[in-house]
Amino acid sequence: MTVASTDSRTDRPVPVWLKAIVQSRAVWPVLALVLILIVAGSVSPNFFEIRIVEGRLFGNLIDILYRAVPTALVALGMAVVIGTRGIDLSVGSIIAIVGAVIVWRIKMGDPHITILFSALAAGILCGMWNGFLVSALRIQPIIATLILMVAGRGIGMLINQLYGGTDPSFESALLQWMSTGSIWLIPTRLILAAGIFLALWLLIRRTALGLFIESVGGNAAASNLAGVKAGLIIFVAYVLSGLLSAWAGVIMTADTHTSDPVSVALYIELDAILAVVIGGGSLAGGRIYLGMTVIGALVIQALTTATLISGLPPEYNLIIKALVVLSVLFLQSANARKAIGSLVSRRAS
Amino acid sequence: MSKKYLPLVATIAVFLALFLVGGSMYRNFLSTLVLGNILADNAFIIIAAIGATFVILSGGIDLSIGSMIGFVGVCMAVLDRMGWHPLATAAVMICFGILYGALQGFIIDYCDIQPFIVTLAGLFLLRGLCFMVTLDSVPIRHDFVDLYASAKIPLPGRGVLRSSAIVMLAALALAIFIAHFTRFGNNVYAIGGDKESARLMGVNVRRTTIGIYAIGGFYSALAGVVYALYTSSGYPLAGSTLELSAIAAVVLGGTLLTGGVGMVAGTLFGGMILGLISTLIIFHGSLNSAWIMISSGVLLFAFIVLHRFLVSSFDLRGTS
Amino acid sequence: MNATAIDKPRVEMRSIGKSFPGVRALSNVDFTLYPGEVHALLGENGAGKSTLIKILTGALNRDAGEIRLDGKAVNFNSTGEAQAHGISTVYQEVNLIPAMSVTKNLTLGPSRDALGVISWGKARKRAREKLSRLKLNIDTEQPVGSFSVAVQQLVAIAHALDDDTSVLVLDEPTASLDAQETATLFAIIRDLKARGMAIVFITHFLDQVYEISDRISVLRNGNLVGTHMASEISRQDLISEMIGRELGEVEATLAHKAESGPGKQKLVARDLGRKRTLKPFDLTLHAGEVVGLAGLLGSGRTEMTKLVFGAIRSDSGELHVDGQDMSGATPRRSLASGIAFCPEDRKAEGLVGDLSIRENIMLSMQAKRGWLRQLPRREQEKIAGEMIRALGIATPDAEKPVRQLSGGNQQKVVLARALASNPGILLLDEPTRGIDVGAHAEIITLIRKLCNEGMALLVASSELDEIVAASDRVAVLRDREKVGEIDGADINRDNIIRMIAGDDSGQH
Repeated sequence: MTVASTDSRTDRPVPVWLKAIVQSRAVWPVLALVLILIVAGSVSPNFFEIRIVEGRLFGNLIDILYRAVPTALVALGMAVVIGTRGIDLSVGSIIAIVGAVIVWRIKMGDPHITILFSALAAGILCGMWNGFLVSALRIQPIIATLILMVAGRGIGMLINQLYGGTDPSFESALLQWMSTGSIWLIPTRLILAAGIFLALWLLIRRTALGLFIESVGGNAAASNLAGVKAGLIIFVAYVLSGLLSAWAGVIMTADTHTSDPVSVALYIELDAILAVVIGGGSLAGGRIYLGMTVIGALVIQALTTATLISGLPPEYNLIIKALVVLSVLFLQSANARKAIGSLVSRRAS
Repeated sequence: MSKKYLPLVATIAVFLALFLVGGSMYRNFLSTLVLGNILADNAFIIIAAIGATFVILSGGIDLSIGSMIGFVGVCMAVLDRMGWHPLATAAVMICFGILYGALQGFIIDYCDIQPFIVTLAGLFLLRGLCFMVTLDSVPIRHDFVDLYASAKIPLPGRGVLRSSAIVMLAALALAIFIAHFTRFGNNVYAIGGDKESARLMGVNVRRTTIGIYAIGGFYSALAGVVYALYTSSGYPLAGSTLELSAIAAVVLGGTLLTGGVGMVAGTLFGGMILGLISTLIIFHGSLNSAWIMISSGVLLFAFIVLHRFLVSSFDLRGTS
Repeated sequence: MNATAIDKPRVEMRSIGKSFPGVRALSNVDFTLYPGEVHALLGENGAGKSTLIKILTGALNRDAGEIRLDGKAVNFNSTGEAQAHGISTVYQEVNLIPAMSVTKNLTLGPSRDALGVISWGKARKRAREKLSRLKLNIDTEQPVGSFSVAVQQLVAIAHALDDDTSVLVLDEPTASLDAQETATLFAIIRDLKARGMAIVFITHFLDQVYEISDRISVLRNGNLVGTHMASEISRQDLISEMIGRELGEVEATLAHKAESGPGKQKLVARDLGRKRTLKPFDLTLHAGEVVGLAGLLGSGRTEMTKLVFGAIRSDSGELHVDGQDMSGATPRRSLASGIAFCPEDRKAEGLVGDLSIRENIMLSMQAKRGWLRQLPRREQEKIAGEMIRALGIATPDAEKPVRQLSGGNQQKVVLARALASNPGILLLDEPTRGIDVGAHAEIITLIRKLCNEGMALLVASSELDEIVAASDRVAVLRDREKVGEIDGADINRDNIIRMIAGDDSGQH
């Protein structure tokens, strides 16, 4: 196929297949990821090395996957919400609440599987609250979710004070296994995250939910006239976001063995939005790219890991992240493209 | 009275009610001393919120406020160590704030990207710069800091108006002037009310947008200066999530997050309500910051719902 | 108005052409405007009125032709430039900031001194002056939104009128005014005219056209049909110019009509209506019957289809479908009971532009099945493929985003969605809007075919010949009221135009 399209007699500078690849929305994020890894590899020679330690895979590549899980989970929920032309600012607060709920139920002596379910239920409840504000009260999503964003960490702290005692730390074999354990060399959380991704993908792509979400996000009025229950669809999107954030909360809480509502998952909503945007999702809604969102989350984590490896203080990561966002957005903007285009053509002529 | 003032009236009513509740619970609460302290302790939030008022009035949002406060703080501290006079640093930092805000405004209008995302990148960038400047908490030791801390104007009763409060009130007066007595201010309301209509009526949207975010940058930088002098130190994590408090103060102050309706003076009361809540909770002793967050959230919810229904009754077109 | 003809024209637009992707909005249109005249611009939606106006006021760039202002060629790149040359516009949607006071609104504008201090005392005085020129005496400190639309309209005119304004464009200024308010507005227009202002007046109320205008230009499908002195063209001729059209190919379908008589009653509306939208009406649709909805723009055609579908909630009367009570049904319920609807505004209400052709076609059918039971991909592709073939949608494959299709093909996708839901009743609002002649005939043929297969169709159209060609029965609307029906052999242009013009009543 490539041979046919790279016709050497035509003096077109860009072959069709290359053009198709360049125009594919998957190219840039994947390219960025590869580039980051190459740069990191050139800085640190044994970057790509993978070892087996204590029955588990270790290495930088595994580490990137491992650490990207919470952001990726939150970002997947965010992608669904953004698909409806919404946004969920409260994901960090939901994680804080989930952490507090876990500690509370552990102190109450619940069986660990019940604890897991109550944590997820807390996330669903938060999602329902957001969904109610957006779809029933018709408050702008950014404003509606701001409420829980402001109050959520306070709620987490309150639960801690009421039930967590003075020391909100805990031990839980089940949560531990979900977070840091491994099955056949592979970290459990990666397997679970892959399972969740698959389930979400099936839910979005193998039922009509994805079509409805994208149609509501693309044109709510037309969707209503076509018989889609726009309000219900939007509600479900926020509930999904709450549920996925709760799962991220379980992992993050298990990681730290404690509930710290003040500082857990700070700015994770920003990372999640960033992951969606890097993955090609538009904040104007109408499209959900689940796979690309995960790539977006990996890009963010790879950036962080690469910064660490290159010896820069971890905080420099923020600057790099900011520059990445700005350049991505700049390249997406019609005005800037026009300006660059005219600049290029002027130089060419 | 126009429905437009209802949110502001609600704000002042909530403020007075909270103040009276405090007075009924604690003997020393209803005094100019408490009032003066609330003004001074919350001056930097209120200043930042004043800048955010312009942004929100225009229908936008500025997330870079907290990082700007942190960045100005570390620069003040580090340059102090290098022998700069705090006022000179302040002047430089405020110019920086204005330029930074103007750049954000330009990107928002030129690239037609949501303000949320642009100022989010602005947040990351500034917070990163904080860490580039220093990783530690750095004290500001200049004599001027002592002078700043000790300057005060006595109020009737035992209260005093401290420097921070004075700077804040002056900043507020300037903001009221810009918002309500200049063409620029008029244009801000127009863009927030209906951007397309404003454009068709001849408002220069790009210039105004740049101006709005420049003002936002100016006030966040000023808030950073006040915060640095007030705490006499710079710390790279200072001001984290302060943008949320600022936005909350603006909303509690009666400005609609959808833009176009609100008054700068309301933001003063919005900020004071937040301050009163913390003060009440500190007076109570057993309660703590969890309650501060939750009660701000509840108040925010109440105001947003109030605004929501005002706006639907506000959908004035076609009604008589 | 013979005097105006001798004057030099203020504005001359010659051979103006403009295309949008997939649509030819204007071709070869001439338009002149003299000082001291009111020039009415008429045409149905999509005829090109607003495109022409936007080109005049600098909001759009033209593709072809030239504009002369006082004999000099001009090129406006923005509304600001046009305003600087004395051309001001009051848009259909009142463009003011409702939450701001009248004074503040009137102070808005292209200011040279953005940081200039406003003295509100002076600003108030200036606002009152501006308003007093329009004989308007209101409290200028109240928010604009608190006044009636009529007053808002006048405030918008006051804002548009500068000291050096010489051309004023009024886009549907009377759309939401009552008789008294319209009279006030007209008094002001006459006054401005007497002072030598050149006024373009866009409206769809014929009475008002005859009352106020000196000359009338009619646009249809992007072409100028004609320019006439208002005193020299009859109402019927005018209507005929606006909605008439030769449809050579389609007339063949006439022969197929009434092969089989109408079947059983499918839909019965009794006293269905909504205040300020459409007066209560009766309507019956039978299986195997096409009912046409004729009337001018704004007569309530769209509203009637939407009331029947439930997209506009009725506040009176009842609706029965196949004997089942469907009063107050939502679009969702209407769909479930076998009604499908193709809205007039494809972009805003019809299509989800980013989704593919297949996804758009599947939407209603899938909504009917529920979210859990997704149609298998292969099945979807099969149905989409069949629809693409049956309707002749020109596309390389079904995965192309709908946004990239031409207008006619987009219309076919909307139609395909409706048909895929397998309806017994089909409501079509302007099914041939903005599409080329070939596709036009195809869609009419399709309507007849569906009808012959036993479907009940309600077709609202601004094209009279299309109604004549397609319908077994025609319901006629005038000024938001159903005024009558025409049956069978009586369906012809003249009868419909006579009923639209309301000759018998003499009131309109």
